[in-house]
Amino acid sequence: MDIDLSAPHSMGTTIIGVTYNGGVVLGADSRTSTGMYVANRASDKITQLTDNVYICRSGSAADSQVISDYVRYFLHQHTIQLGQPATVKVAANLVRLLSYQNKNMLQMGVIVGGWDKYEGGQIYSVPLGGTILKQPFAIGGSGSAYLYGFFDQAWKEGMSKDEAEKLVVKAVSLAIARDGASGGVVRTVTINADGVTKNFYTGDSLPLWHEELEPHNSLLDILLASGSPEPMST
Amino acid sequence: MGYMCWSSEIAYSGGMARFAADVPTRGGFSFDLCQRNEMLLKKGNQLPTFRKTGTTIVGLVFEDGVILGADTRATEGPIVADKNCEKIHYMAPNIYCCGAGTAADTEAVTDMVSSQLQLHRYATGRESRVVTALTLLKSHLFSYQGHVSAALVLGGVDITGPHLHTVYPHGSTDTLPFATMGSGSLAAMAIFESKFREGLTRDEGIKLVSEAICSGIFNDLGSGSNVDVCVITRGQTEYLRNHQLPNPRTYVSSRGYNFLKGHTGKTGEPYIPPNPRR
Repeated sequence: MDIDLSAPHSMGTTIIGVTYNGGVVLGADSRTSTGMYVANRASDKITQLTDNVYICRSGSAADSQVISDYVRYFLHQHTIQLGQPATVKVAANLVRLLSYQNKNMLQMGVIVGGWDKYEGGQIYSVPLGGTILKQPFAIGGSGSAYLYGFFDQAWKEGMSKDEAEKLVVKAVSLAIARDGASGGVVRTVTINADGVTKNFYTGDSLPLWHEELEPHNSLLDILLASGSPEPMST
Repeated sequence: MGYMCWSSEIAYSGGMARFAADVPTRGGFSFDLCQRNEMLLKKGNQLPTFRKTGTTIVGLVFEDGVILGADTRATEGPIVADKNCEKIHYMAPNIYCCGAGTAADTEAVTDMVSSQLQLHRYATGRESRVVTALTLLKSHLFSYQGHVSAALVLGGVDITGPHLHTVYPHGSTDTLPFATMGSGSLAAMAIFESKFREGLTRDEGIKLVSEAICSGIFNDLGSGSNVDVCVITRGQTEYLRNHQLPNPRTYVSSRGYNFLKGHTGKTGEPYIPPNPRR
């Protein structure tokens, strides 16, 4: 059981982007793995590109971080030159151009989501290879394999903000239950005309699925609470 | 993780040494001799192992700032090359960086970014920020695609507050309240996960960091010797070199050894003491 700690950081991941009546909801898990070791159990995979556009990252952590940084920089310049907030389409296309033109060297799949005054809430999927695809909802990452059937059944047009958020949280928690490379907490970002709202759902607040066990307190906390001396104290 | 070509100690200086054949200076590594190396390996020649810091390095954020910790063992394959090396590197007066991975890579990359930060301080007239160091490190490491094997725990306190980041060889970074890296990271993380909480005091923080490093020292073969700690707060940094020495050298005889005159053979040359400086 040799853990390779020099393996490149990859975000196994489950990422989701969903449009609703008035905006978009982006969701992701929080696990970053190095081989079989969880390097960061509370990572934030939903990164800001501009005030109104966010990106969900999956694949290689390094590649997706660097591309996000470049796109944020270009969008900042673009916003200054344009004189108004960048559109979601421009942001997604910048990501796509970098992803496609460097396809041999990059390994990342992302979902770009945001709100602008022209088209409202939009979701663009930019998977491996650099395709760009505008969709009413998009899923990505290793955990998404378990969600295709779920979305076929549960997705509907014109949901409310709360329905959309509940759907995203349910979907990410289902993927976490089945995908080893996804885990931790569920983070969501809701973007609409009023601005951006970020939410955070801890593991124990998520519903339990088939044969999942109840979470219980660490034995260490229980032992310490009952007043007995610290186990293995020096 | 790949190994560098035997010729690359020359190539790595940034300006490449020109070999007999025309090699245009592209910068970065020269992979020209990799085929030859593979052929030599097949023949049975051993590649020289290079010094790695097996390592346990940790960092945590406490109420007043950041505490970094590291062990002090540097290994060359199975041999301990340095029993008391320094793994907590200076970046700026308010920023320090622990390094795991290839010792040469961590030294070189931290020295390079440290001088870049100093030039930046002269240009801006301000105290360096941790995110500046972070961005310089991550862009350098990303451009070398993981071949610069430096895994770092970067911590410091600047005008925006205390910061703690981990930087991986491929260039990805994480921002965390507590972090561990190196071969002993799992042992140290076990300690942190059970005992860390937000808002630790300075003494509690130092105690926890020492415990985590000791866990790495005693449970990981790549880590050992002593515990170094560095406490960074707003306006003050304390580098506690060899804060704990849990592996003292014990002599077989408790009376110690007695090295009498005459036990060491002489070559016959008289000993001339060096001139004391006036």
